[in-house]
Amino acid sequence: MILERLGQIILHGVEETGSIILMFISVVSWAVRRPMKIGNIVKQMEFVGVRSIFVVLLVGLFTGMVMALQGYHGFRMFGAESMVGATVALGMTRELGPVLTSLMVTARAGSAMAAEIGTMKVTEQVDALYVMAVNPIKYLIVPRVIASILMVPLLSVISDFVGILGGYFVGVHILHINEGTFVKNITRLVDLNDIYNGLIKAACFGLILSLIGCYKGFNTRGGAEGVGKATTEAVVLSSVTILVSDYFLTAIMF
Amino acid sequence: MIQLIDVYKSFGQQKVLNGLNLEIEEGKTTVIIGRSGGGKSVLLKHIIGLLRPDRGQVLIDGVDITKLNDRDLNEIRKKFGMLFQEAALFDSMNVLDNVAFPLREHTVMAEKEIRQIVTDRLNAVGLKGVEYKMPSDLSGGMRKRVGLARAIALRPQIVLFDEPTTGLDPVMTEAINHLIMDTQKNFNLTCVVISHDLQSIFKIGHKIAMLYNGNIIECGTPEEITASTNPIMIQFLTGSIEGPIQVVED
Repeated sequence: MILERLGQIILHGVEETGSIILMFISVVSWAVRRPMKIGNIVKQMEFVGVRSIFVVLLVGLFTGMVMALQGYHGFRMFGAESMVGATVALGMTRELGPVLTSLMVTARAGSAMAAEIGTMKVTEQVDALYVMAVNPIKYLIVPRVIASILMVPLLSVISDFVGILGGYFVGVHILHINEGTFVKNITRLVDLNDIYNGLIKAACFGLILSLIGCYKGFNTRGGAEGVGKATTEAVVLSSVTILVSDYFLTAIMF
Repeated sequence: MIQLIDVYKSFGQQKVLNGLNLEIEEGKTTVIIGRSGGGKSVLLKHIIGLLRPDRGQVLIDGVDITKLNDRDLNEIRKKFGMLFQEAALFDSMNVLDNVAFPLREHTVMAEKEIRQIVTDRLNAVGLKGVEYKMPSDLSGGMRKRVGLARAIALRPQIVLFDEPTTGLDPVMTEAINHLIMDTQKNFNLTCVVISHDLQSIFKIGHKIAMLYNGNIIECGTPEEITASTNPIMIQFLTGSIEGPIQVVED
């Protein structure tokens, strides 16, 4: 009985992974076909990017600040307080900037993608697109995926920046770490590659969250309940996939 | 002309279309009637290629659309318009953008020209001054009118109607029936209507086809259908509980 259930879960997982990969292939093949509807992409960039700035700023700032606070208590034990700045900067650029940004964008935009496309699906608006000879993958999904791949790295840069700024504020102005060594250690230890790799990660997470959000929306069944379920599943699956793939991306990159 | 030849379709164990044959004449309105959940919508979705049959052919002007790839199917679909049951207007767009959508996607017309066509089509379905309203601000009947305006925006040859009068009051039902008849005549359309609203079907249909157990069991003019001696047909038209159609299926 338990084995049967386990088998079902695994089969479902494999099936779903396959479907998401198939959708990815379909998105790529539609993305390179003309006409490119730039207007649609820009609209999605505004939704995914511009409207997420505030929440990303807030999360980035406080993450940097709390890292400085926690780091300070640890490093003080062996008199290495000057390392706090570099720790915050490395943590933000390599990990927390991209990961927290994409988790916030998942919650804000990934869920909205699933809900919006899911509602369109259950109210036959997706069928209406097919009937009007407009492919819904091209019209609905391609702009969202492209916008997310472009905007999540940009948001992550903002998050990195305000995170380091928050760390600087707490470290230098509240904990009174020497400003010179604080900044010098950042420039000495943080490499441009740390930032680049963080951005590559962010782009991958952008792809993951938009693809899963759209996939869940596109495969919604049933009425309002189905839309709710699709939205929840999109957020949970995207978040888990982002964290799991973060480990493997890190293992490959650093 | 639309021809369905020996079409089979199942969902899991459930056989929905079972070797169905149907010919739909050009420039006429054909109404497909049948029980709720009896596969009428499935049949309609086969005609426009939203579903592919397990077996059989769907010919649109002689072209078998079941064998076409996405791109060729899209070309065929430009001959079609469809009015969905709940109109399926894009709720993120106002009426103007909804009706203009197919024009903007498939033509290179100037915006001024597009607006003129939108106004013309809205007038054709009896609407004025609603261009900037959102679908959520419209009544059910108005939404259907806008849906029809969108369906005929590109001047298609064939328009499909999925239960156009379901859920409307008698007066609005009558209004939509007249709208379908007028639009069919004015634009010389081939219309396929699925419905189980008996009063409507005899008014709008040049031909009526009865779908039962995955097959078309009767097809003819309204007069022929009324005169039918088929016990299933008689039971359906009289709405009797007694007869070959079982109320609760085994």
